[in-house]
Amino acid sequence: MFGLKEYRMVQSLDEAYELLAQDRNNVILGGLLWIKMGRKQYQTGIDLSGLGLNAISETEDSIHIGCMTTLRQMEISPLLLQWFGPLFSDAFKGIVGVQFRNLATLGGSVYSRFGFSDVITALTALDTQVRLYRAGVVTLSKFLNMDQKRDILEKVIIKKQVTQTSFQTLRKSATDFSILSVATSLCKGNWKIAAGARPSMAILAENAAGLLSPEPDEKTIKAALDRVVNELSFGTDQRAGAGYRKLLAGVLVKRGIEAICR
Amino acid sequence: MQITCRINNREFIREIEPDLLLIDFVRSLGFKSVKRGCDTSNCGLCTVWVDEKPVLSCSVLAARVNHRIVTTLEGLEEEAKAVGRFLAKEGAEQCGFCSPGLIMNILAMKKEFKTPTTDDIKQYLAGNLCRCSGYESQLRAIEKYFDLEGKNQ
Repeated sequence: MFGLKEYRMVQSLDEAYELLAQDRNNVILGGLLWIKMGRKQYQTGIDLSGLGLNAISETEDSIHIGCMTTLRQMEISPLLLQWFGPLFSDAFKGIVGVQFRNLATLGGSVYSRFGFSDVITALTALDTQVRLYRAGVVTLSKFLNMDQKRDILEKVIIKKQVTQTSFQTLRKSATDFSILSVATSLCKGNWKIAAGARPSMAILAENAAGLLSPEPDEKTIKAALDRVVNELSFGTDQRAGAGYRKLLAGVLVKRGIEAICR
Repeated sequence: MQITCRINNREFIREIEPDLLLIDFVRSLGFKSVKRGCDTSNCGLCTVWVDEKPVLSCSVLAARVNHRIVTTLEGLEEEAKAVGRFLAKEGAEQCGFCSPGLIMNILAMKKEFKTPTTDDIKQYLAGNLCRCSGYESQLRAIEKYFDLEGKNQ
């Protein structure tokens, strides 16, 4: 059972970071879901709930999603649907249940850099940046690969452009972790293919996507599929073997491309 | 630390430990409909509403419901009875351990959907596990419940 010696609802990000830097055993609570699953004894739990970071808003060229926004908020957001189609509702609907998604936060999901994350897979298929308290604004892929210094993920910023999307996943049961997840997008003639739960973190298959024209014929799609399985690495864990994931990648990417072309 | 919150329309002011979970808080106050089924944020048995939204009370800090409104099955007696009758009629009650959480989520769903499709129901309730009666009888009961609710409007 996890433990917290203190709980602090902070009034500013400055206060949150100061606390975080003070003690290695202080922690940002996020939605609590993963912290609660562990056995670690923390000193202070830092709650960002009071900072108004739980909203989805738009500027002229981007959509800003605060770190405390829940997965459920994103799933039913008309704004996200308008720009990115049903990407987030399709990607999130298999994550445990509505009650879980009313708690799980975007910040917690992204900052934790979980390999199995459907959230990161979906965001990888869009033009996504994150704003960190210390490191500032960086692209999502840079964030996922940079040294894990203690920081606070303030919000996720997605470029506002109408994007056709598709999310494909295979699970052993409806609400289990993905064995493999694939998010595909087409925006202004450019394709993105993101594969996650390989079982390592989501990554773009850039070479494969580069082969696709806006309206690819069967031969082009076949070439792209061959490229995907060669360009990405797949591993083995308790859910599936690398060979199985490799076969699955071809199937899910094909379904994703076809769903958009249809 | 001290928190103040409303549970089922009654105000509670209590001294709590910083890592007390909402499930243990509400149960200690006598709201025993709230069950701990899995304790791994998976089964939906501990579902309560915080500010009208269904959440897993096993995964919420009691500290976080300070100045908020919590609802458990005890606060929705009439509505719960109505759903319960449909479940019983379809033989969807054996041990009944998962029923409070399931009913809390059915009633939460009713606020979001007037006439849900079978797929809507399956998706909304996928996070409510049952280990004995079975989902077919539950689904029949829920469809009939919403069917009647739709006609009543």
